[in-house]
Amino acid sequence: MSKFQFPQSIKSRPVYGTLEPREGSAHLFIADAHGAEAILDVATTSLMAKAHIIYIPKGEAFEDDLRALNAASFYAGPSYAAAEQRIHKALADAKMGLQVYLAGTEGVMGQAQNAAMQAGIPHTAIQTEHRGSTARRMQCVHCKGITEDVETDPFQCAHCGLHLFVRDHYSRRLAAYQGVRIDAEDHGNVPEPKGIYE
Amino acid sequence: MSGAEKIAVKVTDVVPLNDLVTRFKFERVDGGLLPTFSGGAHTVVEMPEGDITRLNPYSLMSDPMDQSAYTISVRRDDEGRGGSLFMHNKVKVGDEMTISYPVNLFSLDLRAKKHLFLAGGIGITPFLAQIKQLERFNGNWELHYACRTESLGSYVDELTSHHPNETHIYYDDQDDKIDLLNLLDGQPLGTHIYVCGPKGMIDWVRNTAAAEGWPREAIHYEEFLAPQPGKPFEVKLAVSNKVIQVGEQESLLEAMEREGVDAPYLCRGGACGQCETRVIDYTGNFIHRDHWLDDDEHANGEKIMPCVSRFEGKTLVLDR
Repeated sequence: MSKFQFPQSIKSRPVYGTLEPREGSAHLFIADAHGAEAILDVATTSLMAKAHIIYIPKGEAFEDDLRALNAASFYAGPSYAAAEQRIHKALADAKMGLQVYLAGTEGVMGQAQNAAMQAGIPHTAIQTEHRGSTARRMQCVHCKGITEDVETDPFQCAHCGLHLFVRDHYSRRLAAYQGVRIDAEDHGNVPEPKGIYE
Repeated sequence: MSGAEKIAVKVTDVVPLNDLVTRFKFERVDGGLLPTFSGGAHTVVEMPEGDITRLNPYSLMSDPMDQSAYTISVRRDDEGRGGSLFMHNKVKVGDEMTISYPVNLFSLDLRAKKHLFLAGGIGITPFLAQIKQLERFNGNWELHYACRTESLGSYVDELTSHHPNETHIYYDDQDDKIDLLNLLDGQPLGTHIYVCGPKGMIDWVRNTAAAEGWPREAIHYEEFLAPQPGKPFEVKLAVSNKVIQVGEQESLLEAMEREGVDAPYLCRGGACGQCETRVIDYTGNFIHRDHWLDDDEHANGEKIMPCVSRFEGKTLVLDR
């Protein structure tokens, strides 16, 4: 089951939709892991004729299915960081009329949305669909380090080691949620971590 | 008092540009500095004539950083309610007038990588200020300006001599037309469109760009509607406990103001949403002319924009 119903939250928390085909001069798809399923759902022959798919499998077996869509351009790579050069080049060369479709985990969608915004696309014009893992990309508000794929609350910052409370407060600029020291008032009093949505 | 804060000014220059357009220059009566503004801003000019005071919005076309004076250009509309005729026929150098602080409903989106301006006729005025603003920090812009004829091409000479590479002029009478599809095709990512001109031109640009996949947020437009005359009608103002008559040549907003009702407004042209008023009861038909309310709101009879919209029928009760 790759779809998850996120609980209602504060306004800052991103809300994801369902990809739909749009009119455009070109179509850029960026997805990771189960995000491939959203591309497979929306793909049509005419969309794929002008599509560039950038896919990060993260161990999932969708690459062959995606390749079979015969997009004008297809790339699969091991990580977002590895794909970043290609994403920036694709956006730098793009013209108005480009449609951007993001699917998969919040971390990859957030970073790709940020790259598209920097390239001049209003964030509201970028389509997103969450699929797969609900792990989050978190920024430690104390040391500013980013910890990827956080699944528990609280969690330990990968940089400074503080125990951080997972907030729904999100930054589009950082493409990350805010993590705040959970034992700030009472050092050492760290509750047992549990799943973010448990 | 509703609307933006007022400024007392005197007219220091009146320059007829061509058969239809005259430029007016305003300086503060007290000799002080005017507020800076941002390109695309307008001022509301008060035009007292007999019993009625018209308030018309005009785009500021001077340099937004020039605090010594404001200039506007007014196109004469012989069919209108007389605001532009008042400016053309009555206003002389030395006259004292009241204008509002600048209000901007058509500002540049400074996140844009490139600004693509499309002007039709007198719709050139906000772009004159925006161009001056962008030139200060070497902004990336391009202007496509359609005029009826060479003689009616206000500011064409100034634009083509100062900005020969950015300015593109199209004359209707020479069968010159903006090749819009071709123009939109291949614009770099992050380009924003700004269009100001007749309604047909605005609709054409908005619809064409949307069909080509341009995001709604990258398409900006400004169209001031002048209130149109219409049949007189009666309105009950529930909060003020008044029954007022709206004359043939005045807007509902102007009628409320004449009766001393302090109704909110900003643009007076159906664009900004400030004067939105709840309808309590009605029997009859609305003549909605604004482009603030959406189609559903125009159909359901719950709201009216008194600056441009009218009513025909027996009863109209407003929450004002």
